[in-house]
Amino acid sequence: MPSTSLHGASLGDRIYRFTTTAFAASVPLLLVLLGVEVMIAAWPALKAFHFSFLTSSRWDAVEGVFGAAPAIYGTIISSVLALVIATPLAVGVAIFLSEFAPPWLRQPVAFLVDLLAAIPSVVYGLWGIFVLVPLLREQVMPFITDRLHLGNTPLFSGPAYGPSMLAAGLILAIMVLPYISSVTREVLMAVPRSQREAALALGATRWEMIRGAVLPYASSGILGGVILGLGRALGETMAVTMVIGNRHEISSSLFAPGYTMASLIANEFSEATNDMHLSALMAVGAVLLALTLAVNMLARWLVWRVARQGR
Amino acid sequence: MTEPRAAAPTFRVATNLTAGSAAATATPSIVSVKSLDAYFGATRAVRDATLDFPEGQVTAIIGPSGCGKSTLLRTLNRMHETVPTARVEGEVLLEGKDIYERSVNPIEVRKRIGMVFQRPTPFPTMSIRDNVVAGFRAAGRSAPPRAEQFEIAEWALRRAALWDEVRDRLDESATALSGGQQQRLCIARALATRPRVLLLDEPTASLDPRSTQKVEELVYELRGDVTVVIVTHNMQQAARVSDRTAFMLLGELVEVAPTSRLFTSPSDERTEAYITGRFG
Repeated sequence: MPSTSLHGASLGDRIYRFTTTAFAASVPLLLVLLGVEVMIAAWPALKAFHFSFLTSSRWDAVEGVFGAAPAIYGTIISSVLALVIATPLAVGVAIFLSEFAPPWLRQPVAFLVDLLAAIPSVVYGLWGIFVLVPLLREQVMPFITDRLHLGNTPLFSGPAYGPSMLAAGLILAIMVLPYISSVTREVLMAVPRSQREAALALGATRWEMIRGAVLPYASSGILGGVILGLGRALGETMAVTMVIGNRHEISSSLFAPGYTMASLIANEFSEATNDMHLSALMAVGAVLLALTLAVNMLARWLVWRVARQGR
Repeated sequence: MTEPRAAAPTFRVATNLTAGSAAATATPSIVSVKSLDAYFGATRAVRDATLDFPEGQVTAIIGPSGCGKSTLLRTLNRMHETVPTARVEGEVLLEGKDIYERSVNPIEVRKRIGMVFQRPTPFPTMSIRDNVVAGFRAAGRSAPPRAEQFEIAEWALRRAALWDEVRDRLDESATALSGGQQQRLCIARALATRPRVLLLDEPTASLDPRSTQKVEELVYELRGDVTVVIVTHNMQQAARVSDRTAFMLLGELVEVAPTSRLFTSPSDERTEAYITGRFG
């Protein structure tokens, strides 16, 4: 067949096109398949417990009654706590690196911060067990209850075991910090020079320029970075499982042990003996999947919005 | 401030030129540049420039691309040094005081001298009104009370001939405006803090002819109240709006003269070559 024919693409082109299309299609297909499989496996538990699966605190494998509320609560609270701690730190690091750091310091520090994301989560967990938790139990928690006299407030009541929601929040904060910080650094550096000059020419100081022109311009992108960090925190398993205490109970105190959805699945999947228990764990997985998908889509949308706004 | 906007005068080059040449000699200078060199790293972008900007007049700086005219403009409010490796030698006197003296705070210099750039730079997250008063808010000055800010915004928008087009949507985002409107908004923003000097860095380079004409009319109307320095690569524009024109070539200030004289009988043959279109 002559390759110079006016009609149709050449055979090579068609094969190439077919293969790349198949590759590209396989990824979304895989995601859909995964979602469907999880839903099918979770269905018996969702059908049996309806909304009480989301609202009940009773998780009894022997009686076959499952309510995942403490794990859902713990996932959200530990992640939000992590963001509250990590966001100011990460944004501060990003502002320093993009606006104030001398060029020779910029790359090394940015590299070290990014390196935090490369540490395996089980290593964070070990550090948590042997360093962070004892530190919390012996120094930080007594300080908060005895010296600051906050022991009677709901947030800091109860005995200081060590493994706690607070420990989980802190370790998650360190783990999500590089994500928030590197996204923030990118969006800060993408703020056009013309915007900075416009503020400077009005007589703004460096800090006034950052606060008045750079941060507002970058705000939706920074929010996207924060939500990306939230997505990471929601799904983190190993490190959290090692420090949160794994107690299936809702407590207002950050000193009390808790549970997360990811830890629950990790701890129980190997000992799930009956079908309903397995199905309940799958249902927890489905809730977690839905939550992280929603958060990631929100992040995408925010980043897309800031990209469209910038010129 | 309820009077209708005065119709912008349709200005004629001839009137403008005679006015310029007559006034040029008598008026005192508000800004004086003395043996100024401006560098980017080792590159000398402006070489030994000396010239005066008479108060209340419009001075145009013309020359081919890369001749250093924008750099010269940016040394007048110490914006030049915001670029890494950029530095300045020599003096720039603002009302007799050298702004490059060690004790002078560049922030204070920039507060007294307004600047508008080649491309419109409205703050996209602010409303139209907030953009106009951004000079008070972003720059942390003792901001006047809110009601007064509204009055200042209206005054500045009228001055920039934009009020009639935006009076009903002051709280909308500034990005909703057209390019020409955005540029006039930036001029209003620069005027709001009542600077005595206004620097325009090719303000019409990104605008269509109709918007260009509006900005030129505006510059024409500002003379007398504000000292304007306008950088342009458009010689007709310089002839239309300025009292005095400076011609630069390869970082050197070749000639400064009343606009009518520079365009009719230049004293330097390089100026003549440029204005007659033999290069550029």
